[in-house]
Amino acid sequence: MIRLAAILCALGIILAGCGAESAGGPVKLDWFIFNEPSGAPVRIAERCSQESGGRYDIEFRYLPSSADAQREQLVRRLAAEDDTIDLIGMDIIWTGEFANAGWIREVPGAIEQDLTGTVFDSVLASARFEDRLYAVPIWSNTQLLWYRTDRVDQPPGTWDEMLEQAERIGPQGRIEVQADRYEGLTVWANAMIHSAGTQILSGPEELALEQGPTERALALMGRVSREAAPPDVSTANEDSARLGFESGDSSFMVNYPFVHPSAKQNAPEVFEHMGAALYPRVEPDLPSAPPLGGINLAVSSFSPHPDLAFEAITCLIQPQNQLEIAESGGLPPVNRALYDRSEIERIYPGFSDLIKESIEAAEPRPAESPAYQDLSLAIQRALHPTTGIDPQNPTRTYERLRARVEQAVERRGLL
Amino acid sequence: MATTLPRLRRRERARSGRARSEEHTAWLLCAPAVATILLVTAYPIGYAVVLSLQSLDLRFPEEGGFVGLDNYGTVLSSPLWWQTVFNTAFITVVSVVIELVLGMALAVVMHRAIFGRGLIRTTVLIPYGIITVVAAFAWFFAFDPSTGFVNSLPLIADDTAWFGDRFSAFAVIIMAEVWKTTPFMALLLLAGLTTIDEGLYEAAKVDGATAIQRFFRITLPLMKPAILVALLFRTLDAFRVFDSIFIMTGGGQDTESVSILGYNQLISRLNLGLGSAVSVLIFLFVLAIAALYIRGFGTSVPGREEQK
Repeated sequence: MIRLAAILCALGIILAGCGAESAGGPVKLDWFIFNEPSGAPVRIAERCSQESGGRYDIEFRYLPSSADAQREQLVRRLAAEDDTIDLIGMDIIWTGEFANAGWIREVPGAIEQDLTGTVFDSVLASARFEDRLYAVPIWSNTQLLWYRTDRVDQPPGTWDEMLEQAERIGPQGRIEVQADRYEGLTVWANAMIHSAGTQILSGPEELALEQGPTERALALMGRVSREAAPPDVSTANEDSARLGFESGDSSFMVNYPFVHPSAKQNAPEVFEHMGAALYPRVEPDLPSAPPLGGINLAVSSFSPHPDLAFEAITCLIQPQNQLEIAESGGLPPVNRALYDRSEIERIYPGFSDLIKESIEAAEPRPAESPAYQDLSLAIQRALHPTTGIDPQNPTRTYERLRARVEQAVERRGLL
Repeated sequence: MATTLPRLRRRERARSGRARSEEHTAWLLCAPAVATILLVTAYPIGYAVVLSLQSLDLRFPEEGGFVGLDNYGTVLSSPLWWQTVFNTAFITVVSVVIELVLGMALAVVMHRAIFGRGLIRTTVLIPYGIITVVAAFAWFFAFDPSTGFVNSLPLIADDTAWFGDRFSAFAVIIMAEVWKTTPFMALLLLAGLTTIDEGLYEAAKVDGATAIQRFFRITLPLMKPAILVALLFRTLDAFRVFDSIFIMTGGGQDTESVSILGYNQLISRLNLGLGSAVSVLIFLFVLAIAALYIRGFGTSVPGREEQK
């Protein structure tokens, strides 16, 4: 490949492509990431490029906005060993898949040391595969319970309590969840199953899904979907849930913090009575297991400049950059200490501690499995539509889920 | 078969040196086109067949190898495959039948239009000119309970979740398909209509045939070749339905088509072996449909006419 490029350079066919490096200018680092709407990543990348003193120049290569579409584009390039990718903005659920396939580099020990203890343990765990660190967290995300302070006195602690309160409120007691057949459904199911006291996998390829707790979680999902969710629950995603809550017809919603500034702008009368609480529990005596999201930065195995790429990463994740991303994009920082800063309280008025608590308590999806995509497809297939889960008798759904997940772990058959 | 053999032999005998050299030149002239077609179609299809005989997952580059027909066994023994075949066949049959009826009506109107012919024909074609994904989004948003206008129409419950139930989702998908491709059907049928000699209608009128009789006794029989070609094209097209389903339900509510299934294996799971097996099977289905139309119903395809 290199020889071919050299020949082409010599022939002068790709003048632009090889001119920059031979001229001794800054090395171009291509950062593949979705176009974060606030533009904060672009600004911090520009600053880092400037601070590098002409050693590197980060260039953005935008991926689509949906996580599935981002992954589809990336994996095809990586599987083809595309050497134009240097930095990758990875959804936290891709770690196992990318690391196992040998597409991303292990993070150097020195960087790992700096991160340990600084970054939330739950977040750092999402960047590990087989006890090795493959990516560097830059921002996190977590779901909270949003509720109407004018309709309930106390936010519900459990899903059962929430259903009770919803019933008492009546037609406006709706609960907004995400249950379309997409990643969001896996997110919800994972949170419910964890909070019921079991998990989907107990190792990269070991099925857990204890029957009693799983059925309890499934029954609740069925009940919420049938009794309290809006009629379009089977196609509901984060955005339709937000719209539903902003319309005022709903009193509860589980969703990411972006809904807070959005309501402030679109629905001031709803915003006035908008409260936040920790993601509800399934069992009163077991901890809540809020969903975890966010982006980790990885260096492609095929990048010709891995050292510079890691250098760029250490610049990008600096505390003031994390704060800037939080300020303009509303995306929670990954450094625990930043939650003591006064800026954070301004960004998340009244619920910054809650976000910290939620990220600390978060239970990630079983993304350590290299076949996570299969796993997620299997879970979505088994559970969708959630209105089809019989709350009185969830065993049928449980068996379907178990069989599908087993199939996914063994990677056999169609999904 | 038996009837063609003697004719072939006679031709063989009659072959002179000149004919042979003419044939030689003909092949030479065709060669670039044949080579291009082999390169852009035969090679990818052949490659897909080769992939389908392997266990190959891009996420697990170390694993894999030749597995013979295992992938086909996996696909054909999976209830999911047959479910998607049924879904696809259902969408195909229902949408093509509706398109045929509507397309025929449109063709007759376009044919009989006295003024503004060009304008009418262009207007009718607009839906066909819209990119399928864009059209799918338009239909999706129209039927979406929170943003769409459909639920605010009279006689429709305000909270109808169109994409939350299998058959209402099918209905919207089929409507979108019909809306988009009826113009294509109408255009093909219009071409057939214009070939019918007006004199036949006049003669029938003189004999006292009603409009309905004229349609069923003259128009339909004479249009049979055009109808079959239109049906063939649309059936092949409809069987590969992807965009509308992808946008509207993503395959949820059991509305998955075979193409969506193939996409999931190939693009999402990167399982090239299984995905290629699905693709090859779709290809075989399409071939079978084409064969059924051409052999079974005697559809004439372009280029064959001269031999008749």
